[in-house]
Amino acid sequence: MNLQTGPTVSAAIEARNVSRAYGSNWALKDCSLDIPAGSITGLVGPNGAGKTTLLSLATGMLRPTTGSIRVLGAVPGHGTAQLRKVGFVAQETPVYAGLSVAGHLKLGQRMNARWDAELAASRIRELKLDPRLKAGRLSGGQRAQLALTMALARRPDLLILDEPVASLDPLARRDFLAGLAKATAGPQMSVVMSSHLVSDLERICDYIVVLVASRIQVAGPVADVLAGHHLVSGPSVDRSDLPGDAEIISAARNLGQTTALVRAAAAPQQLAWTVTRPNLEDVVLGYLGRAGEGAVDDAAVEAAAVEPAAVEPAP
Amino acid sequence: MTWLTFRQFRAQAITALAAVAVLAVAYGYTGPHLADLYDKSGLRGCGSGPHCLSLATAFMKSLRADQVYPALFFAGILILLILPAVIGAFWGAPLVARELETGTYRLAWNQDATRTRWMAVKLGLIGLAAIATAGLLSLLFSWWAGPVNAAGGFPDNLGQFTRITPLMFIAQGVAPAAWAVLAFVIGVVIGIVVRRTIAAMAITIVIVVLLQFLWPNFIRPHLLTPVRATAPVTLEGLNSMLVSSSGGVAVAVNQPGTPRLPGAWVLSNYTVTPTGKTFYLPGTASSACAKGSPAQCDAWIAGQHLTQVVEYQPASNFWQLQWIETALLLFVTAGLGGVATWRTRRLLT
Repeated sequence: MNLQTGPTVSAAIEARNVSRAYGSNWALKDCSLDIPAGSITGLVGPNGAGKTTLLSLATGMLRPTTGSIRVLGAVPGHGTAQLRKVGFVAQETPVYAGLSVAGHLKLGQRMNARWDAELAASRIRELKLDPRLKAGRLSGGQRAQLALTMALARRPDLLILDEPVASLDPLARRDFLAGLAKATAGPQMSVVMSSHLVSDLERICDYIVVLVASRIQVAGPVADVLAGHHLVSGPSVDRSDLPGDAEIISAARNLGQTTALVRAAAAPQQLAWTVTRPNLEDVVLGYLGRAGEGAVDDAAVEAAAVEPAAVEPAP
Repeated sequence: MTWLTFRQFRAQAITALAAVAVLAVAYGYTGPHLADLYDKSGLRGCGSGPHCLSLATAFMKSLRADQVYPALFFAGILILLILPAVIGAFWGAPLVARELETGTYRLAWNQDATRTRWMAVKLGLIGLAAIATAGLLSLLFSWWAGPVNAAGGFPDNLGQFTRITPLMFIAQGVAPAAWAVLAFVIGVVIGIVVRRTIAAMAITIVIVVLLQFLWPNFIRPHLLTPVRATAPVTLEGLNSMLVSSSGGVAVAVNQPGTPRLPGAWVLSNYTVTPTGKTFYLPGTASSACAKGSPAQCDAWIAGQHLTQVVEYQPASNFWQLQWIETALLLFVTAGLGGVATWRTRRLLT
């Protein structure tokens, strides 16, 4: 057993009021998170929301401007012991263009103590990649698969993937996600993966973080997030008709009907309303829509960031 | 980490090995012939008498007349002069800049090795390769040019290319190795700062060449206290007099009637009056030099009781200068290596 991942550490990523600025622009503002170890987390948000910044902070590639972040109980990216525990598939899945597929596996083997050569070799076989092929000649999908193989074979405790499928065609996207799902089914590995599409995430994730306009809107286990949101349809949905803890995230009018995404502990009741349970996409789109209207209320966001994050420790 | 360094450095290493091999053949083949020529010249063990001086002149004349030796001699100097800039631009500048440019730093720096280790291994191994390449070439050329050095340096129109003079100094001995490894870390640091490979390469070349120019003008002359020689200005010596635009008079060295400073690097050369003031030719129209013949002018100057003052680094200082310069450059190299490592640790964070 690794002493540094003792029983006190139940968080894969633990962020406390983390902000990060580039010059005078805030890429991430006052972000607090407790992503439990063992979870498969989807980080979703539009392009430019700060997803890459948050993941870079978790790998130690970036440091927070204010606040603190701990990954698997330690300072991210600090020292070999920490680097060894975290696997990272960076955006655009960089590989060495002049190095062959086999060369990449050798690189992994030479540079990593926990390298699982068998896993790497069998994945390359399954992908039907020619080991002699230079990585620069791989397709986008193959390159992403190679990058994933490199990260998986290091046997990390936490695997971080930054938009790994963003530039892939639907088929390659499906294959990549299938490969990821298969790899994460077995060993107890935490995964955090970002995407701007909910559909990439909803099948494999059990924890969701919605990041819009540099702020965390919602974070929590998928089941809790779904249970805490309601789609309310009726002739009119007004804040004053809702219970005290409820909040309208977004609302749309269509053919005289208003449909609103409402956050509340219990489903709001009124005779004129039809209340249904939203799916993950409804929830995420609701928050994306709200941010798009420029109606991000700081106080509400802060509440959102803290409230659902109060999750039970991982089993 | 060692494996990755070797793998990424493979193409450059092969290029360097090939270049060293080709040059080893060229200089290795012609070197014994040159040594043979020297042996036959009768210069070996001759000393510094006037008889030996004419032997040396004859030997140099035969060298200059040859098709191959002058070309190899100047090619060797040229190669060793540009080698630091080439190593800095092609080995140093891309080391971090290319990783940043292609985004592969995110792959490289998310393996087990910390950035500090990544940098230490890369700087260490490629730095050693730079030292080995430049050191081998310098060793080869120094050996080949041994007879030329023994004869006082290759002749040119004004004097001789002795090995202590600026162009030759960093093409022989141990200093070329230090210059190469310094240029390498300069390239690395510039690559880290500029973050674009091509721009970093260009800037590295400019900075290394600038340093190669400034160093012998401002630093090397002071690494050892120059020797000061004085000699009375004679009528015979005035045959090899140079007059500057301000009227200052410099009498050449190693010419009939002038001080014999074989193989020296002359740093300054001027003429003073008996009162110790720098001598200038009088600008008045009535002076002997303004209206008289050249011979009358020379006679007038010779009658002024002038003293020639020469400050120089003697040929015997060559190795001491080489080692001091090498140590100094290696010290700067180590400092820049530390800066490169520190900057890489903080890079983009």
